[in-house]
Amino acid sequence: MALVLNEDQAMIRDSAEGFFKAEAPTTAFRKLRDSKDATGFDRALWKKMAEMGFAGVLVPEGHGGSGFGYVGAGLIQEAIGRNLSLSPMLSTAILAATALLVGGTDEQKAAYLPKIASGDLLMALASDEKSRHTPNHVATTAAASGNGFKLNGTKSFVLDGHVADKLIVAARTSGADGDTDGITLFLVDPKAAGVSIARQPMVDSRNAAKVVLNDVQVDGADVLGEVGNGWAILERALDAGRACLAAEMLGVSAQSFETTVDYLKTRDQFGVKIGSFQALQHRAAHLFCEVELARSVTLRALQALDEGDDRASIFASLAKAKGGEVAKLATNEGVQLHGGIGMTDEFDIGLYMKRARAARETFGDIAFNGDRLAKLMGY
Amino acid sequence: MSDALEQFRSETRAWLEANCPAEMRTPQTSEDETCWGGRNFKFTSQAQKDWMDRMGAKGWTVPEWPKAYGGGGLSKEEAKVLSSELRRIKARSPLNSFGIWMLGPALLKFGSEEQKKHYLPQIARGEIRWCQGYSEPGSGSDLASLRTSAEDKGDHYLVNGQKVWTSYADKADWIFCLVRTDPTVAKHHGISFLLFDMASPGVSTAPIKLISGASPFCQTFFDNVKVPKENLVGVPGKGWDIAKYLLTHEREMIGAMDTGDARETMAQVAARKIGLENGTIADAALRTDIIRHEIDAWAFALTMERVKDTAKAGQGVGALSSMLKYYGTELNKQRMELLMSIGGSDGLLWEGDNKGDGDLSRGWLRSRANSIEGGTSEINLNIIAKRVLELPGA
Repeated sequence: MALVLNEDQAMIRDSAEGFFKAEAPTTAFRKLRDSKDATGFDRALWKKMAEMGFAGVLVPEGHGGSGFGYVGAGLIQEAIGRNLSLSPMLSTAILAATALLVGGTDEQKAAYLPKIASGDLLMALASDEKSRHTPNHVATTAAASGNGFKLNGTKSFVLDGHVADKLIVAARTSGADGDTDGITLFLVDPKAAGVSIARQPMVDSRNAAKVVLNDVQVDGADVLGEVGNGWAILERALDAGRACLAAEMLGVSAQSFETTVDYLKTRDQFGVKIGSFQALQHRAAHLFCEVELARSVTLRALQALDEGDDRASIFASLAKAKGGEVAKLATNEGVQLHGGIGMTDEFDIGLYMKRARAARETFGDIAFNGDRLAKLMGY
Repeated sequence: MSDALEQFRSETRAWLEANCPAEMRTPQTSEDETCWGGRNFKFTSQAQKDWMDRMGAKGWTVPEWPKAYGGGGLSKEEAKVLSSELRRIKARSPLNSFGIWMLGPALLKFGSEEQKKHYLPQIARGEIRWCQGYSEPGSGSDLASLRTSAEDKGDHYLVNGQKVWTSYADKADWIFCLVRTDPTVAKHHGISFLLFDMASPGVSTAPIKLISGASPFCQTFFDNVKVPKENLVGVPGKGWDIAKYLLTHEREMIGAMDTGDARETMAQVAARKIGLENGTIADAALRTDIIRHEIDAWAFALTMERVKDTAKAGQGVGALSSMLKYYGTELNKQRMELLMSIGGSDGLLWEGDNKGDGDLSRGWLRSRANSIEGGTSEINLNIIAKRVLELPGA
């Protein structure tokens, strides 16, 4: 597929850019942050996102979604990144929807996907246990019990965990810690006995939670996919997350870059615009190149997911690794080139840096994704 | 694909089958086997000459140029079919030429009808080998300060001055040259674009030896060289526009070097030289460097692809050529550094009995020039700052 947006995708991009700029700009982010909002996002906004077809971006039309695919999801994420918009887009519309699409039975799809698309169901993926992303490290156990399983363990960094109506939990039904075989995914009711969820306030003011499972009984019908074979589903969901986070980071990078270049054109020192200094011009010009590279890898990764390309995992890790490094550079350069005011809370550039930091860690940084990519390539 | 295009493919395949000599379908083993054409070119074999002559007669050395100027007159789609058919039989390039890459596009855009009819077919057929006279000892990054003069003597120009970094000046038949025709106006406005025969009285050349050893570069001297007035391209004093147009071409070319070919990847070289341990390159720290380089290299290759696809889709690509030149050459330098690290002491070899001995160290040294020639990295960053970012005073 050509590395360029088609007409439909260009329309999604334009409508997403307009929507988030108008409905969820950084002022909205600040209001939620400063009021320590208990939900962590605006439910009315999420409803509007559903009406726009954003919540159901991956959900096929037959299940009430808009079926724009991963390129569409990435374009929405990019606009979210540009505006630092808060919503359960990643947790519900991307991670959970992908897991259900890949691993769900017809009954499960029919039960959950329409509600995701309509904005009536929030879901969260509870996979990570270590502080550094290591998805095959699953120590949480699922022991056979009654007509189902009993879950025990602790999950951390569960995005939107404290508001989710349903959790997707990775637990071990066989094998040893670190094995990819033996992992099973379960649909868990967060209100079930033995589930305790604590919100974790993070540097980027986004929702994350710690989920403790203590003898939580789940029904056999709530297994997502096959017992012991959850890894492939988890991997695909995480790859979707990686590619869409790359897209969000692209928005963060592009916005930071543009804001910074604008600042270079307006700030006077020594009687001239600081953008006339070659030392700063070269840094801005280099950053321009890096943002263009991030745009290319991100589009390729999203297309690969849409096409079912057998290199989709490689491209997802490539995009996440490169996109994260570019977001680091763009936001750090942004703060430095803004000078002192870049360090103030009043200016937005610092908010972008915080988001970039968190997005880089989520589902693996360049160390994780570079290593993964190399192993997939045979070195 | 349309029926007409399918038919073109089968005709092309049949023609290539009949006309591409077997020897020209084997991989080229050294730069000495590159065909440059020209009055004095020594072909390595009859097959090499036949291949150039046959492709040249068909206009397929320049498939998209108009037939009236010696080209193939092919559409973009047909040209794509031709190049995929050439790849399919692993055909060597029939003709490499600065005439094809640089002068031709400039003449097509700025040349008079007479100039196009005269010069372009010679280029297409490989009859005349061209070199480029741009840089001077005092005019590198500040190219527009060039001082080689062309004085108007009524029926001819009298050219005096010196050029440097003229690739293959000692082998070329003609030169396209930037000269100053008006020293009284601002530097960008007094430059003209002149074509002349390197066999003219008063032209001499001397080779330049680089840190990597021998090189194609020369110094070129002009001592009262008489050039007919009709050899000026475009308008007197407007040569800088042509120069800028060509530099953009050159930057795209240099930026695109070393991508997309079928060489061993760096990871494959590392696996061969260092070995694998549990499926990963045995030197963990070096592997990390390789991974980071490969990520950037892949991201760059995808960006090249995106720029091409964007242009094909009829959307503007903006002033991206400076970016490609800057990033592509910096990456290639980094790549050569890493290959040297992977090679260890083997990489330091300067000469030896085996074919390829010394190639790596010389290639590493040669690659240092990538970010200097055709506009330095810093000049390209200036151009991005000015044209793309529109920063003040840039």
